[in-house]
Amino acid sequence: MINQNSPLFLAMRRFRRHRLAIFSCCVLLSMIVLVISAPLFEIWLGVSANQVDLYSRMVGSSLQHPLGTDELGRDVFLRLLYGGRISLFTGLTAACFAASIGTVIGLSAGYFGGRLDALLMRLTDSVIALPLLPLLIVLAAIDLNKIGLPEAIVQSEDVSFYRIVLIVALTGWTTVARLVRGATLSLKEREFVMAARGIGASDRHIMFRHILPNLLSPIIVAVTLSVGSVILLESVLSFLGLGIQPPMASWGNMLTNAQQLIWEAPLLAVYPGLLIFITVISFNFLGDGLQDAFDPKAEY
Amino acid sequence: MRWFLFTRVTQSLIVLMIMSFVIYALIGLMPGDPIDLMISANPNMTAADAVALRELFGLDLPIYKRYLNWLGTALGGDLGYSRLFGQPVLDVLFPAMKNTVVLMGTAFILSVCIAIPVGTFAASKPRSPIDYGVNLFAFAGISIPSFWLALMLIIIFSVFLGWFPAGGIATEGAPFLEQIKYMVLPVATITIVSIGGHSRYVRSSMLEVLRQDYIRTARAKGADNNRVIWKHALRNAMIPVVTILALDFGFLFSGALITETIYSWPGMGKLIFDSVMGNDFNLALVALLFATALTLTGNLLADICYAWLDPRIVIGGDST
Repeated sequence: MINQNSPLFLAMRRFRRHRLAIFSCCVLLSMIVLVISAPLFEIWLGVSANQVDLYSRMVGSSLQHPLGTDELGRDVFLRLLYGGRISLFTGLTAACFAASIGTVIGLSAGYFGGRLDALLMRLTDSVIALPLLPLLIVLAAIDLNKIGLPEAIVQSEDVSFYRIVLIVALTGWTTVARLVRGATLSLKEREFVMAARGIGASDRHIMFRHILPNLLSPIIVAVTLSVGSVILLESVLSFLGLGIQPPMASWGNMLTNAQQLIWEAPLLAVYPGLLIFITVISFNFLGDGLQDAFDPKAEY
Repeated sequence: MRWFLFTRVTQSLIVLMIMSFVIYALIGLMPGDPIDLMISANPNMTAADAVALRELFGLDLPIYKRYLNWLGTALGGDLGYSRLFGQPVLDVLFPAMKNTVVLMGTAFILSVCIAIPVGTFAASKPRSPIDYGVNLFAFAGISIPSFWLALMLIIIFSVFLGWFPAGGIATEGAPFLEQIKYMVLPVATITIVSIGGHSRYVRSSMLEVLRQDYIRTARAKGADNNRVIWKHALRNAMIPVVTILALDFGFLFSGALITETIYSWPGMGKLIFDSVMGNDFNLALVALLFATALTLTGNLLADICYAWLDPRIVIGGDST
């Protein structure tokens, strides 16, 4: 029996009223299912995603190739699915990673206050005040050999993925840090925190057991909203050739070649971008819906 | 006010100093280095020559010494030569900055001129179909990848319709209409992408104001709805909006990197990208520093505007 007045239940009910958010949720779930079942489609179509077939370059859609093939004769549909895996996974991992950094910074700043707070908040202000994209491009272009990483890591296939996640996390934590700090400032004056301190709980215990759980809903909203922008960032960097490296497909790097072929095969440029757009807007609607559900006072 | 200005300016200068070192260090970590480039250009050079050259140019020094050397010459006014363009860095930088200001300025003015009435109108009728429509459009603007939008506009207007060129800029002294032709697609791209965010700011700021007591008073004394919204409310709603717009000021100069790169618009964004990709260390360093400095200035302006426009804000208090 669910308590009909519990905050979670009320939030769920408000969320259900937000039809666009529900719809976005369905879109995202079906996209995740599709992307996970990519190998099944490979078996069904009888080709693998990176299989080059120079005899059938840039052919239109057919039963063999539902969305046609690209300039190397690779199946566009399969590459979109595998690209989606990378884009979604990067988006989720990097957003969570960034949020964790932001949470720790915001919590410590808000809870301990004083000098630490001033220092951390000046740091946050400064990061926000930087021209991010140009700096990200430099970060994405640096030579990993020069910072002394072992050759095995530099040469491995997944390194471009980790690099993206790290770059995004390094710059994306500011929103969450500010949000968490503000909420912590007011929460730490509340009675239950006083009570916990009264029975001798340690700072760490209070921060992570008493304050953090109260911050979960705004953090979840912030993460959901930032997944969209992370996916955009990943696709931009990959598009410029600085993110996920081919032959691994990502929605961003599929568009790189498409730009050069824009006169011969304009359709190649349509699909990956459309998927990025749909995914990002769905995450934004979902975040908006969650925000209304958790914090009905925020708008209107 | 003076104290406030002083602390904010000092803080920005400190950040700029730190960033100049960070950027310097990062540029040093990019693939390739100047001596390698020399060697690859000249087959007669030996490994011993390379070592000697490294010593001659001080490239074997630790990073902080190299940075201080560079800082000394840079502050003396010598920013070095661009490798890609074979010209002094500033001679490359200023024309690019001019192009960016033309492009971004036009897009910015267009976006603001559309966003303010649209956002205000949406806020004046909350939860109406118009409001939902504006909201939907704003979300689309925020979510659309700008490079893809640019590609789509090229496909529609250059490939299929052939109305506008797919990229580049008109030659110096070309007729005005010719120049406009090259600007339409990039300006449209930036405007579409930024209208969404701008109109959302206007709308939420407006909604906030419409809840205030003095709006109710204005209504109570019998002022008609239009007057209340466009006269009483809009003025107050503009305060946070102006702040946001001042934040954008910095980007006016650092440019829309992606849009400029796709349309080959020779502005700051494309310059930064090309110099980073083309191992043009001097140019990349200075261009990035300029972009950082201008963005910081934009932020500073935003803070000052905010304090100056709203007499309710106490200046000099703890800014928490």
